Amino acid sequence: MTPDPRARAEALYARIGAALTRPTALMEVCGTHTMAIGRHGLRSRLPAGLRLISGPGCPVCVTPASDVDRAIAMAREPGVILATFGDMLRVPGGHGSLAGARAEGAAVRVVYSPMEALALARGAPGKTVVFVGIGFETTCPTIAATMVRAQREGVDNFCVLPCFKLVPPAMEALVASPVTKIDGFICPGHVSALIGIAPYEPLAARGVPCVVTGFEALDILEGIAMLVEQVSAGVARVENQYARAVPAVGNPVAMGLLHQVFAPCDAAWRGIGTLPGTGLTPRPEFASMDARTRVPVAVPPPADLPKGCACGQVMLGLLLPPECPLFGRGCTPAHPVGPCMVSSEGACAAYHKYGGA
Amino acid sequence: MDARILLDHGEGGAASARLVREVFLAHLGAPAVLEDAAVVEGGARLALTTDSFVVRPRFFPGGDVGKLAVCGTVNDLAVMGAVPRYLTCGFILEEGLPVADLERVVASMAAAAREAGVSIVAGDTKVVGHGEVDGLFVNTSGVGFVPAGRALSAGACRPGDAILVSGPVGDHGTAVMLAREGFGLETDLVSDCQPLADLAAALLAAAPGTRCMRDPTRGGLATTMLELCEASRVGMAIREPAIPVRRQVRAACDLLGLDPLFVACEGRLIAVVPPAEAGAALAALQAHPRGSGAAHIGAVGAGPARLVLETALGGRRPLVALEGAQLPRIC
Repeated sequence: MTPDPRARAEALYARIGAALTRPTALMEVCGTHTMAIGRHGLRSRLPAGLRLISGPGCPVCVTPASDVDRAIAMAREPGVILATFGDMLRVPGGHGSLAGARAEGAAVRVVYSPMEALALARGAPGKTVVFVGIGFETTCPTIAATMVRAQREGVDNFCVLPCFKLVPPAMEALVASPVTKIDGFICPGHVSALIGIAPYEPLAARGVPCVVTGFEALDILEGIAMLVEQVSAGVARVENQYARAVPAVGNPVAMGLLHQVFAPCDAAWRGIGTLPGTGLTPRPEFASMDARTRVPVAVPPPADLPKGCACGQVMLGLLLPPECPLFGRGCTPAHPVGPCMVSSEGACAAYHKYGGA
Repeated sequence: MDARILLDHGEGGAASARLVREVFLAHLGAPAVLEDAAVVEGGARLALTTDSFVVRPRFFPGGDVGKLAVCGTVNDLAVMGAVPRYLTCGFILEEGLPVADLERVVASMAAAAREAGVSIVAGDTKVVGHGEVDGLFVNTSGVGFVPAGRALSAGACRPGDAILVSGPVGDHGTAVMLAREGFGLETDLVSDCQPLADLAAALLAAAPGTRCMRDPTRGGLATTMLELCEASRVGMAIREPAIPVRRQVRAACDLLGLDPLFVACEGRLIAVVPPAEAGAALAALQAHPRGSGAAHIGAVGAGPARLVLETALGGRRPLVALEGAQLPRIC
């Protein structure tokens, strides 16, 4: 039977320490990993030569300012109710936030699921409900399912503002960038449960080890140990630490639904730029549910990030959040300057919440 | 009695008198003559406090705004080492409030006051227009007697002291949040709302050297302990595996992205006691029905003023003050 967690953790700290033979930088791509690492104080027990860097792992943080501004403009249109996950409320666009717009009277409603937004549309037949479609591969299938259902039920006042992002192609872009230095990826368990493990093979082929990792602290330590062992052995493979939840093939039903409704497109990542093939747009059969055509608004092009904000470098793994000059001084969760300080899974918010360590 | 609160109930005429007689005095006890102020027997040293209660929903699993209004004020007195004696209550009522709701709240206050051993000796009612308040707000003020020689203070913690908590943390905040928001979760969790005067007295009898007590309400255990660190200019370390958190609270908080160490309690106290009295203090808490889940969770160290959590996996991280309310995680 499983020995006690503390003993297993001590064994993993020792395994990591023994395997580490050179300075190594591992990127945890998922904000949930960043939060778990902070919450369990894992950094305090890892060897000095091992650097954990946070990637663009929060869909809220990477939503470009122009999409935030577009959502605000839509919420201000007469006859429109804008439904959004609560994380988006305080994210600064180029011209204010949804919370600010709501305080000024715009119709902004926080929902906990896309189905709730659909119910809102059913209950308000005279209004157009715009759901802000934020998410990675984990969230997109449920939004796709909601759109299929809206179509089947003939709810014609429901539409979606597509701000979706795909993770593996973005990881490839990070590795291809000449400025990044990533020795291995702690791959996101939830995303992998949907997409499976094959999409990481191109990264391994580029020489970067990938380990699909769960979210319990012991999972993360084991994932780190597996990565450090690959780095030290000079190999690069895709391994699955989280096999109890992630089948190698992922979830073909959910992915089928996603591909039924959406097609890949280029997407702008906040602070990073446009990455080819990393977004999703509704297919022609679902074009009537694209909020960009249903509620046309004109949005002046904003600056992507506020002045002085280093969120872009944080999401590329070039800076740790406390290394940003604004961290904890001009920029706090109460008064966020950049997007990574707003979202509960943003790298800066995680570092701030867990003591900047 | 009318079925709903009307503006007339706050105008001082016959409707007001009827409300006072049939709702408040019926539950809280009627003096022979209603004077403008209660005249009470006093003590040499008094503890005074006041608090306002605006919880939504007003009825939640394990309590309601009335019970909370009594317990909150009683507990603020009790953790100062005072014997709570008298409360006043001020109501602000929204026009249209069902009188049955008010009566339920007042009956609950009366029951909580009996349980806590305090008398509600003065009160006031105002009625405001529909939409000007959310149903019913209550303020209570309390007076307690402080025994001679007792001097508990948040500034009295010393390196080496033991830190105890009287039961599982986060029950109240989680229960109220689930009652308010639902989130589609079903749970048997109830608020820990309860008066603590007898528990505090039992602790002080067993550990007369107790440095301080606090009830970790808004901001929860961690926020309260940070206040103690600042006030005493000491560091504190608490051990995650030793901190009692109910399974339901942990699950709900995990799901919503909240930290139970920052979620409110309404029937728990934190006690800082000298090391020599730690065993007796813990035994006294655990022997009392209101403290059966008590635990020894950590120790006071030297300065600087910071609070460190030793995690279940042997990591260490500082606990820092939240900027504001914790928001449920969405994605």
